[in-house]
Amino acid sequence: MSADVELQGVSIAFGDFYAAKNVNVKIEAGEFFSFLGPSGCGKTTLLRAVSGFLEPSEGKVLIGGQNMSGIGPNKRPTSLIFQNLALFPLMSVADNIAFSLEVRGVSKQARRKRADELLDLVALNGQGDKKVHELSGGQKQRVAIARALAVEPEVLLLDEPLSALDLKLRQKMRTELRAIQQRVGITFIYITHDQGEALTMSDRVGVMNDGQLEQVGSCYEVYQAPSTPFVATFVGENNAFSGKVEKVSKSIAKVNVEGTSFSGSVGRTTLGDPHPVGVGDDVIIFVRPESLSLAKGAKAPKNNFSADIETIEFEGNLKNIYLKSNKNKSIRFSVPSVFDTSDLTPGSTIELSFATESAIVLPSGPLALD
Amino acid sequence: MGGFFKKNGSIISTFFLIAITFWLIFLILIPQLYMLDLSFRPNLPPLLRGGPDDVYTLTHYKHFVFGSETSKDAYNYVDIGVFVDTIGTAILVTIINLCFCYPIAFYIAKLATPNATRLLILALIIPFWINELLRSFAIRILFAGEGVINNLLLEMGLLDAAVNFIALDVALYTGLTYAYILLMIFPLYNALETLDTNQLEAAKDLGSSTIRTHWRIVIPHAKAGIASGSTMVFMLTAGALATPVVLSSPNTFWFTQLIYQWFNMNDNWSRGSAYSIILLVVSVAFVLLMMRIFRVAIGEVVR
Repeated sequence: MSADVELQGVSIAFGDFYAAKNVNVKIEAGEFFSFLGPSGCGKTTLLRAVSGFLEPSEGKVLIGGQNMSGIGPNKRPTSLIFQNLALFPLMSVADNIAFSLEVRGVSKQARRKRADELLDLVALNGQGDKKVHELSGGQKQRVAIARALAVEPEVLLLDEPLSALDLKLRQKMRTELRAIQQRVGITFIYITHDQGEALTMSDRVGVMNDGQLEQVGSCYEVYQAPSTPFVATFVGENNAFSGKVEKVSKSIAKVNVEGTSFSGSVGRTTLGDPHPVGVGDDVIIFVRPESLSLAKGAKAPKNNFSADIETIEFEGNLKNIYLKSNKNKSIRFSVPSVFDTSDLTPGSTIELSFATESAIVLPSGPLALD
Repeated sequence: MGGFFKKNGSIISTFFLIAITFWLIFLILIPQLYMLDLSFRPNLPPLLRGGPDDVYTLTHYKHFVFGSETSKDAYNYVDIGVFVDTIGTAILVTIINLCFCYPIAFYIAKLATPNATRLLILALIIPFWINELLRSFAIRILFAGEGVINNLLLEMGLLDAAVNFIALDVALYTGLTYAYILLMIFPLYNALETLDTNQLEAAKDLGSSTIRTHWRIVIPHAKAGIASGSTMVFMLTAGALATPVVLSSPNTFWFTQLIYQWFNMNDNWSRGSAYSIILLVVSVAFVLLMMRIFRVAIGEVVR
């Protein structure tokens, strides 16, 4: 059984401070949904409101169409996995997993049987009698998942549970979490500040900033068609050029960036309509580092500008070339590692360009801090 | 040892060594060994000490068990009775103390805001600036026949006649419980404070009731603190003197009062020492037994 979760105008205030402001989103049953945002953006607070540890100051939380107000965390069809997992250190692994059954008065044998089944599900067969501290980080993770699934929740809530693991293990657990979600078929709501996690696992992502939900969409949409400057800079890397609109025709805007004209496609709002930008408006034009190319050798270079190479970083699959434009603006240009950069030396000046379709024009707004 | 000197510097290391040696040998070991030795010697006038009569004997221990030679009873019912009463009451007081302090310590450690925590701890500590004897007398005033509580209850019409709280030993239990409350609260507080609040929330999220959460998660976590607090309260209650002197009913006699009498009134230090040793050994044995039953390692208690 899995249930949908709907937040209707949810605001959560602590005194004068709003941790969440008017959040509206419907998460479908069986969906893997991630709230992605920097620390302190209110995503954990939102999760606590879904799990029932917090009541929203305004608005409603509906699970499976039912209003959850006044229903405590132990009465909701949700189960929460804590950031630090909160396994019970003095109990065995099997007792941890079966704790929710013990609470309900299930017999010892039935509890053990269910714990063993769940241990199988998370690939920890035969580890039931161990103490929690005898397990590795990744194994603890799985125990936490098994314990949360033991209550047979309709919605599983995960509060950055992978943040304590090292990179390799984190990548492995992402795949595994996704696989478990597909096996049990229930709704997963995942909280993270790591875009890699959000993009690789989720069906849809909600990007949050400062208590507000900035954009909800598929991973692809959020990356390719951000609707706010924050989303454009928080999800993936982006070069941002601020300027004023000179001309708009169809969905292409011509923007004057400190004397140079650039063209880009006008971005869409969260609702899917093009942003209403007009001549003279302050806008930002965003170009991904991988969307830039060397003007030299291009057939019909458009949107050209020159910049000085500062450093070149090798990042395995990519090379990142950091440049400064003549207006002293930092620019990042990424090429695949196989790309020959032997003639690109720090200090030399190169001419870059980008395609109009790969650039996005959005009304000015706050960027993600880097 | 070399590492210790290297780590702390020679001045601090020397000070520590001397202070700890002095403390252990002169203040604890020598007096206790002297008492132990004394308890096995006859009570002789100063002139005969070290003479031919000064031989090791079990006479004082025999006196505790069988009574004086002139007595007709098979056993020393009076002294053994007082001893059993004292240990039993100390156990009861420890349990009352634990039941009373656990919720307070839990509240301070896990539920109160930082400001409330500070205020509560102050409110707990400040009354202990008053010395133990005065506090005991204050409790006596509270519980006396013409005392505050009786007057209040009579005034409100809840009582027809004054209750003799002193004779019922209510005053004694209250006084003893209150006397060592801090020694229970602080170890409990220390233990509970280290409990991850997420554990409480996780238990709740999994459907656990408050009582079950305490039984399965909080109390096991706080076990060492409970053992540490209970041990101290039990030992000090069993060995209390001032509070029982002021608050016990005329029929109740505390074992320490007996010891005091042998030492000071009857001038029989040997018998006083023997009685002290009996109290010490039985108390320690009882504590070790409890720790064995509840599976607490001695290292955990002092953590």
